[in-house]
Amino acid sequence: MKGSKLGNYLLSFILLILAIAFLAPIFIVFMNSFKGKFFISENPFVLPNSDTFVSFSNYVSGITKTGFIQAFGWSLFITVSSVLVIALFTSMTAWYITRVKSKFTKVVYYLLAFSMIVPFQMVMFTMTKVANIAHLDNPFGIIIIYLGFAAGLSVFLFAGFIKSIPIELEEAAGIDGCNPIQTFFLIVFPILKPTAITVAILNTMWIWNDYLLPYLLIGSEYKTIPIAIQYLQGGYGSIDMGAMMAMLVLAIIPIIVFYFTCQKYIVKGIVAGAVKG
Amino acid sequence: MEKRLKHYFPVFALPTLLAFLAAFLIPFLLGMYLSFTEFTTVIDAKWIGLSNYFKAFGSKEFLNALWFTGKFTVVSVITINLCAFTLAMLLTRGLRGSNLFRTIFFMPNLIGGIVLGYIWQLIINGVLFKFGVTLTYDPKYGFWGLVILMNWQLIGYMMIIYVAGIQNVPPELIEAAKIDGAGPLRVLRHVIIPMVMPTITICLFLTISNSFKLFDQNLALTAGAPSKKTAMLALDIYNTFYGKVGWEGVGQAKAVIFFVLVAVIAFAQLIITRSKEVES
Repeated sequence: MKGSKLGNYLLSFILLILAIAFLAPIFIVFMNSFKGKFFISENPFVLPNSDTFVSFSNYVSGITKTGFIQAFGWSLFITVSSVLVIALFTSMTAWYITRVKSKFTKVVYYLLAFSMIVPFQMVMFTMTKVANIAHLDNPFGIIIIYLGFAAGLSVFLFAGFIKSIPIELEEAAGIDGCNPIQTFFLIVFPILKPTAITVAILNTMWIWNDYLLPYLLIGSEYKTIPIAIQYLQGGYGSIDMGAMMAMLVLAIIPIIVFYFTCQKYIVKGIVAGAVKG
Repeated sequence: MEKRLKHYFPVFALPTLLAFLAAFLIPFLLGMYLSFTEFTTVIDAKWIGLSNYFKAFGSKEFLNALWFTGKFTVVSVITINLCAFTLAMLLTRGLRGSNLFRTIFFMPNLIGGIVLGYIWQLIINGVLFKFGVTLTYDPKYGFWGLVILMNWQLIGYMMIIYVAGIQNVPPELIEAAKIDGAGPLRVLRHVIIPMVMPTITICLFLTISNSFKLFDQNLALTAGAPSKKTAMLALDIYNTFYGKVGWEGVGQAKAVIFFVLVAVIAFAQLIITRSKEVES
């Protein structure tokens, strides 16, 4: 379905304009992060000039005000460890409830699927209370809470794939003397790798950007990046726009780096997650 | 095999199930129960029947949030899907640079809601400043601000899913329609759209549920200002829980209502998808 050459040029031109418009907001934030804080709100669309340019001082004040370095560390720690825990345990659970057929595993499967449709606000308050009682309100405990919330979608995705693996493979391993743990790690898990990548990508994007859950559980002591940014808005009357712009830029950079290094997996994972979820 | 695996329940299933119990199942059941009680710390809960629900539906803020959320969902679902589908059509014509365009359009989707909210707060306030007002001057600015933000975030995401759907349409089908004399519009209307209908269903429901449950973007962009008129359901529930002492029960009742609405949407999707599968 090739159109005329002129038509194609026109189309490419329109798409180019659109692409620039799509990138403009990020560029505008970047440009304003180098302007003095009183020159931002009223005229965000002009480049910094000799009067308004403040070099990196917004970055310095933003980092000190929000504790951005620590926030970055906590975000990284919580995201990476949660995603590893989720990929490991939910794949094991999915294998168990797919291969062991009983009323119990069926009920578990439906409960997990059900949890996917329940909005966070429904359990927000009571989950916080349960986590307080169980001492899960710290950067290590939150990993367990994330495992619980991720279980629905992750088990669902893994189970969908496990159903397509011929069971003979696992039975052969059993006959060769593998116990279920060996069978899982030597035979099943390697086959699950594509789904594991999908699960990892979907959960990384969710946990890295998550605001409300960590805010309620650990926000008073440990800030993640979204909490640090929201903290700038804080109750101190007017907000320091310079620091805000710098923090937004610092928050966007890791995401862009992540996107360009694993773009293929991200796009694939998101399509798979959307279509099956 | 199955019998041996059964003994390994504590290794394979227990850790996930315990986490699920703590994060979801207990809080969910407790939440259901608490919505019928008056409480501030969970242990002091007193059964009061449906009165939290009456209070919820009697609250002007809740009704306003319900209306605002509904309006917002309808407008953003239509705009996002129209734009995303159009872009997907343009980007599956084999034009040079299509991949680069896809990459760019998809990028905003990865940015978190809080960051998105502040990016657009800057830009919209910058534009409105020229007219001497701010984002929080009138609820309609907050409304359209959220619509623009949501479009920016989700168009690329939906576009990627539409592209996958459109690429699955067999080219022979389109060729055959053309040989039979169908113009581009008729090919779109009678070949492409029917073939990508399952994809359209997925995208519609993804945008509906994403828009309906919006929280972070709402909090960062306007935080409900002016006077809670731009607060959506999720934010209103949050404010009821943590902003009004003694209203925790009402907050939980609102949360149950919110859950029921989301569940209805999800079941509608399930039924529509199932009936489509039967047809084909």
